[in-house]
Amino acid sequence: MIEGLNPGLILILGALLVPLTSGFIRSLLILALPVLALVQIYTLGLGTWGHFEFLGLSLEITRVDPLSRIFGTIFCIAAFMGMVYALHVKDTIQHFVALIYIGSAIGAVFAGDMITLFVFWELTAISSVFLIWASRTERAYRAGMRYLIIQVTSGVILLGGIIVYYQDTGSIAFDYIGLTGIAGCLILIAFGIKSAFPLLHNWVQDSYPEATVTGTVILSAFTTKLAIYALARAFPGTDILIPIGGAMILLPIVYVVLENDLRRVLAYSLNSQLGYMVIGVGIGSELALNGTAAHVFVHIMYKSLLFMCMGAVLFRTGTVKVTELGGLYKSMPITTVFCLIGAVSIAAFPLTGGFVSKAMIQSAALNGGLFILWPVMLFACAGIMDHSGLKVPFFTFFSKDRGIRVQEAPMNMLIAMGIAAFFCIGIGVFPGLLFELLPYAPTYNPYSFGHIVSALQLLFFAILAFMLLIRFKVYPSELRSTNLDFDWFYRVPLKRLILAIGRLILIVWNWSLGIANDVLRYIIGLVSETHSSGKIMARTTASSTAVVVIVALLGVLLVFLYQFQQ
Amino acid sequence: MISLSSQFPILVALAPLMAAPFCALFRGNTLPWAMTTIISAFSFYVSLSLLFSVVASGPISYELGGWAPPWGIEYVVDPLSGFMLVLISGISTGVLLFARDSITKEVPAHQLGLFFAAYLLSLTGMLGICITGDAFNIFVFLEIMSLSSYALIAMGERTDRRALTAAFQYLIIGTVGATFYLTGVGLIYMMTGTLNIADIASRFPEIEGTRPILAGVGFIIVGICIKLALFPMHVWLPNSYTYAPNIITAFFAGTATKVSVYLLIRFIFTVFGPNYSFAGLGLTDVLMPLAILGFLSMSAVAIFQTNLKRLLAYSSVAQLGYMVLGIALASEAGLTASVVHIFNHAVVKTGLFLSVGCMFYVVGSTYLKDLQGVGRRMPLTTFGFALGGLGLIGVPLTPGFISKWYLVVAVLEKGSYFGYALVAALMVSSLLAVIYIWRVVEVAYFRPPPEGTETQEAPLSLLIPTWIFILGSFYFGIETSFNVGFAKTIASFLMGGA
Repeated sequence: MIEGLNPGLILILGALLVPLTSGFIRSLLILALPVLALVQIYTLGLGTWGHFEFLGLSLEITRVDPLSRIFGTIFCIAAFMGMVYALHVKDTIQHFVALIYIGSAIGAVFAGDMITLFVFWELTAISSVFLIWASRTERAYRAGMRYLIIQVTSGVILLGGIIVYYQDTGSIAFDYIGLTGIAGCLILIAFGIKSAFPLLHNWVQDSYPEATVTGTVILSAFTTKLAIYALARAFPGTDILIPIGGAMILLPIVYVVLENDLRRVLAYSLNSQLGYMVIGVGIGSELALNGTAAHVFVHIMYKSLLFMCMGAVLFRTGTVKVTELGGLYKSMPITTVFCLIGAVSIAAFPLTGGFVSKAMIQSAALNGGLFILWPVMLFACAGIMDHSGLKVPFFTFFSKDRGIRVQEAPMNMLIAMGIAAFFCIGIGVFPGLLFELLPYAPTYNPYSFGHIVSALQLLFFAILAFMLLIRFKVYPSELRSTNLDFDWFYRVPLKRLILAIGRLILIVWNWSLGIANDVLRYIIGLVSETHSSGKIMARTTASSTAVVVIVALLGVLLVFLYQFQQ
Repeated sequence: MISLSSQFPILVALAPLMAAPFCALFRGNTLPWAMTTIISAFSFYVSLSLLFSVVASGPISYELGGWAPPWGIEYVVDPLSGFMLVLISGISTGVLLFARDSITKEVPAHQLGLFFAAYLLSLTGMLGICITGDAFNIFVFLEIMSLSSYALIAMGERTDRRALTAAFQYLIIGTVGATFYLTGVGLIYMMTGTLNIADIASRFPEIEGTRPILAGVGFIIVGICIKLALFPMHVWLPNSYTYAPNIITAFFAGTATKVSVYLLIRFIFTVFGPNYSFAGLGLTDVLMPLAILGFLSMSAVAIFQTNLKRLLAYSSVAQLGYMVLGIALASEAGLTASVVHIFNHAVVKTGLFLSVGCMFYVVGSTYLKDLQGVGRRMPLTTFGFALGGLGLIGVPLTPGFISKWYLVVAVLEKGSYFGYALVAALMVSSLLAVIYIWRVVEVAYFRPPPEGTETQEAPLSLLIPTWIFILGSFYFGIETSFNVGFAKTIASFLMGGA
């Protein structure tokens, strides 16, 4: 293959062929592209290629090192899965933009300098929004618009940071940046928006559930994980990421209780999972970064699997509302099994992928002496178990049978889910295979006795709690009696405290957002008052008025210039 | 042939001038167009060879009629003027390729001879302004350019009668500008006794700070800025661009105002000298506020426009603000940014106006309400417009990004909070550009086309020139050795030559 070609470009260039093909050829094409990209990654080996001089800056289009290689590998596998899942879709635009989007995410991972990164970064934003708009509803259009604005803003901030960084250091190499000066802050904010930092996270839950069935699966795998990669590259060991990650883990768990739309539940828990990765980057030790990379891998697998299951349910029944589903295990038995595998994996049961990667990050936290963080992560595990691990499969497939009788999911969807499920279990049983790919030499055994016991204890407590809630009809299946739900929270002081703090932050945040909103509205009002058609700035004045303005300007200029008389 | 190439400096402007009267005599659709295109292409060729010989062997001086300067008129080709000649004649030739099928819809056949004659005169004026080294001669060419452009704009009257009032207003304001310019040149002549630019420049230090010179500077700056449509002296521009025939809008958007920017650079950097202009006269304090207000306010106005041509016209006024900002920064980096943007914006805006021309050819209107769903009716044209729009916003890989990058770097050189504030202003302005381009994209792609319309692309004779400009803009956004390379040469030439 072409020497030094960025693997992402294979997908992007291949995408251009999509409109020219149809039927079987197209299916072959969209499945072959991720495979080709993966082959390209490994034929390249480690090194850098594609050096250009541009605007006096030295670009480096392709850089393969262990960190970028593992992310690239994950992305290619996820791309293949996503494409299998989307095989039945007949919408040219969706295939086209999905490939461009995935290609630019992979391209960004292999970018060696920040200008290349920026180009791919913006391209992911622009292409991915079409996956949301492909739903072709008014709601999706609006959600997509908000998504686009936020994503593009992230890019603009990134560019600002790059320029200042270049001004300060004279370099645009995409390596460790660290939180120094305005440049570091701007770049961190840009990455933070895309990796859904707390209070910057709304776009995830706002937009992902509005995308098409296949669009959500594809979206959920790349954008945020690209941002995690960027963080791991530029900010490893940055302390502030640890509390940010902690808050990321906890905040969504608070919200998720109230949620009725199951795809939105998954979007919240995605947000929570990202917190683990941010913590891993923040700790920055070799074990932590390994754990982050491993968690990204595993996370993409089980999160995609869950989104795919919900997608299949939505595809067949037309809804993913808690209050409308139930008893689907009779109609969709295979999907049910896959969903359960995803659920146990996200809940970090031993012998699943989630257990391995979470154990790594938790151990890294302990090794780093972050004792406060450890219980937070454990607690979050239980919370996730409760919401994603149990709520999603239970209310969809079991719960009260509402008499929905549909067909099993289409074959291509089942195959895609099967691949993901295979990885979820495979990594859990044979973690060594994944460890081979990690950026640093692995010296970690996830299956220590202590780990297994503590994890199991926690999980069984969570299951017990859930069962009790069901038993005493606290957990709602008909009416969502949220008061009782919170009541359960209030019995635990830690949770109470977290809730209070979370609320306080939210109030202050909303309040300041409100003020910013008002100021912006005022400015927009003022501008449209003066600049819209026929208003003073846009009016075609009479020629005499124009000449008066000109003469007045001349007068002012002459008076100004006369002060320089010598 | 050795003698012919030594006459190139005069030929570049003389060829269109001599061709114009013949053109006026021709009848029919094809002949005047063909002649104009050939002459324009010839000027392009001559300009290119002049530019290359300047690069190879330094500035060229040509004595008109054998009279040695400063007594006779001197034509000078230095990197800046050579660059401008190539830009103007290149854009003109590209637009003319588009003109044949486009203009017959807008101008009656019996007027085509006159139309193309005026076009040639206008081209003569622009090329002449750039090549002459004589301040009064500049005035002459300025008038040739202006008078013919009033006529050209007025020829849009078959589509919309408002072209007449637009042309008339341009005439009044443009004449005021030319008069101011002439007054300024007169005052300088009074003090120096010479009209040759190099000669004035060499005598300038002796008479700096005298009252007539200060007044002369004031008149010249305001005069040029009127022609340049610097905010708030831009009132003539939106109407002229909106109601002129489409190819004229495309041609002028790429060249006419750029010639005025050239004049501003020429006077500030060559005649007055950068040191005196900025340190001695504080021109930064005059130009910068107008430039900043211009690009912010005019971008905002563009958002609210209902006519696509008018929207782009306001965007042009805003973009001119960037160029003037680059000049006002009074640094080599700033000047580089300004020259790069002259070139880049010319290519992008011409491409955009040509794609609007395609839409007009099929739809018969440039109002946004009539362009609903045009993305489905004319996929190629609309996609071209969207790509051009990216260039206007300044997305990477487009030339707009190159310009903004240099501008931001130049601004940051100023350091301090002022620099950051300026960068923020530039970002806001880019954001406004996103909004006004998005409005068009939304109308074109997200609204259904009117009932009963079918997919109908513009003919290839329109599409190909449009796409040449669109693809060309991407070429210059990626391979920047021509535009950026020359801009750097020019900037160091002008700053060092002072």
